[in-house]
Amino acid sequence: MATETVTLEGHIIDSLILAKVLDTILQRSGTFTINEMHVGATREDASSATIAVHADSPQRLAAILHAIQPHGTILEHAADCTVEPAPKDGVLPDAFYATSHLRTQIRLNHQWLDVDAIEMDLAIRVTVEPPAARTVPMADVKAGDLIVTGRTGVRVFPLERPQERDAFAFMAADVSSERPHHAMITDVARRMWLIRDNRRKACTPGEAGYDPDLGTKVLFVGGPAIIHAGGREALSWLIESGFIHVLFCGNALAAHDMEASLFGTSLGYGLRAGCPMPHGHEHHLRTINRVRDAGTLKHAVESGLIRDGVVASCVRNNVGMVLAGSIRDDGPLPDVITDTREAQTAMRAALPGVGLALLVATTLHAIATGNCLPAKVPTVCVDINPAVPTKLSDRGSFQSIGLVMDAASFLRQLAQALGWKG
Amino acid sequence: MSRFLVCPPDHFGIQYEINPWMRLSNTVDKHASQVQWRTLARVLEEDAGAKLERLTPVAGLPDLVFTANAGVMHDGTAVISRFRHPERRGEEEHFARWFKEHGYRVIRLDKDCYFEGAGDLLGFSDIWFGGYRQRSDIKAHRVLSEVYGKEILPLELVASRFYHLDTCFCPLSNGELLYYPAAFDSYAQTAIADRVDAQRRIVVPHTEASRFACNAVCVGRHVVLPSGCPETTAMLKDRGYTPHPIALDQFLKSGGSAKCLTLALD
Repeated sequence: MATETVTLEGHIIDSLILAKVLDTILQRSGTFTINEMHVGATREDASSATIAVHADSPQRLAAILHAIQPHGTILEHAADCTVEPAPKDGVLPDAFYATSHLRTQIRLNHQWLDVDAIEMDLAIRVTVEPPAARTVPMADVKAGDLIVTGRTGVRVFPLERPQERDAFAFMAADVSSERPHHAMITDVARRMWLIRDNRRKACTPGEAGYDPDLGTKVLFVGGPAIIHAGGREALSWLIESGFIHVLFCGNALAAHDMEASLFGTSLGYGLRAGCPMPHGHEHHLRTINRVRDAGTLKHAVESGLIRDGVVASCVRNNVGMVLAGSIRDDGPLPDVITDTREAQTAMRAALPGVGLALLVATTLHAIATGNCLPAKVPTVCVDINPAVPTKLSDRGSFQSIGLVMDAASFLRQLAQALGWKG
Repeated sequence: MSRFLVCPPDHFGIQYEINPWMRLSNTVDKHASQVQWRTLARVLEEDAGAKLERLTPVAGLPDLVFTANAGVMHDGTAVISRFRHPERRGEEEHFARWFKEHGYRVIRLDKDCYFEGAGDLLGFSDIWFGGYRQRSDIKAHRVLSEVYGKEILPLELVASRFYHLDTCFCPLSNGELLYYPAAFDSYAQTAIADRVDAQRRIVVPHTEASRFACNAVCVGRHVVLPSGCPETTAMLKDRGYTPHPIALDQFLKSGGSAKCLTLALD
């Protein structure tokens, strides 16, 4: 989609000039958004409108702009962006442009380009031939890379309200423990149905109705409290049933999930009895040790060592897992990425196609994921501690829901809404 | 008393082609043009009671005779035209000098902001209309609206033979409007109809519009218009005006008539 912003000033209302400009855009297969409108207070006062003109190709956009220009429209943002070479590896030019998580374009050689892989708090690296722009983390920049500086020739698109009239469309960014959870969980479940269906359409040749804006993946980001609190079965069922397609977690969720498989405990507590087991505090260490012996999580499952649970479901259903380590980890398990930059890179690589992110009972991983997600991806943050959903909702997305509730209750209700009989 | 700026046709002729009326082969009869111009001046002065200010003709500027395109003036401020065609740009300095010498505050537009004076800006006391697309730019009307603090509704001209607003649109003294709707796009026609009710709109038939019936000069109840427009003349009479049809066919060869040959001063 190509977009340019124009302004129109003068006695544009009674003369029907504004109507003519808007009609001209539509007649030539474009669309428009009126970003700003000022109506003169008296007949003598001029009015003004700022109009974003959209078309499906730069050529069609150019034709529309050519057609409306004689009626007085003036192009905004006529300047190209400025770029400077990075002074050394891992260091950006001092005046680098810092990204937001909203859709962003830069103007290069008189053409607006979408910035690929948009994510907050990064820089924009530009290639001139072929013209392209992509976000780059500070640490990954190489000396001489062309980095966008200043704000000239950069434009950020406000997030549009989603067309779906569900919880994501109506939730403001505030978080409350007093929300009616049931209705919101029903909406989350509905969206998971839609994405699973969309994923099937995308993967089936000749199948009509695929919607690229909806996404084809549900990302689940979870903490170990899911296992402690009894959400393991519901989460495993969601994975087995094809509702979750990517899992981000740390060492602990996987370790306690597999501990439950091997010993029936989570951090030493019997999951059925609900009381500490003798020497139960050693169970997770023994679990980690056996899985390390297996070499990989995949092998641990395929060899029959781990028979059920979240990790087993992911392996059996080809659900990608990114396990990011932290400084307090025991072990860690094989497949845990202990270099934080490598972990960020692995997380970013898994994000394309994500149409819904469920961030459940984890502060560290939820915030890390929230930072990587474009604003347009709906997120659901569930935590018993209101501080976590609040911090996530500060990302300024219309499409973020914060639920202050127990992780296991959430997962059980969500799975039941999708047909789980457990 | 109404005052008009006029310029005798001493150097009038067709020396270039910048509108569909002009043909270099269609030679102007010098003597006839002098006679027709003097008749127009006499009718304005003697019959309509107007006062005429005469601009000195300049050799090499054949269209200086069309003083309607000098600019516009209101409350002592004159905005000088910026012609779209280079052939007429030589006139700008002469018009500017005349206004300066006569005590007007003179404003010049940017060189890329085309505006052809009262040819493209006409109106009533409370609202002005600006023609655009063919000769004047719509952005000029925005500037003029700021200069004069007036509402100016831009009207798109869509027929090349009616290249200035004054070729197809003539506000009359009683709040009525003589006009030819087909010269405007549908948005402009709607905007005109919205501001001038049906009782006050006098629609000129196609054949008479093509003889420039709308290129008329209104002085009180007197309306000076080209001859050969009997229906328009009759409609004006019915409304209580005194029409004065005058042969001006020598000037029509250049795409002008009574209104183009005069500029109302205030």
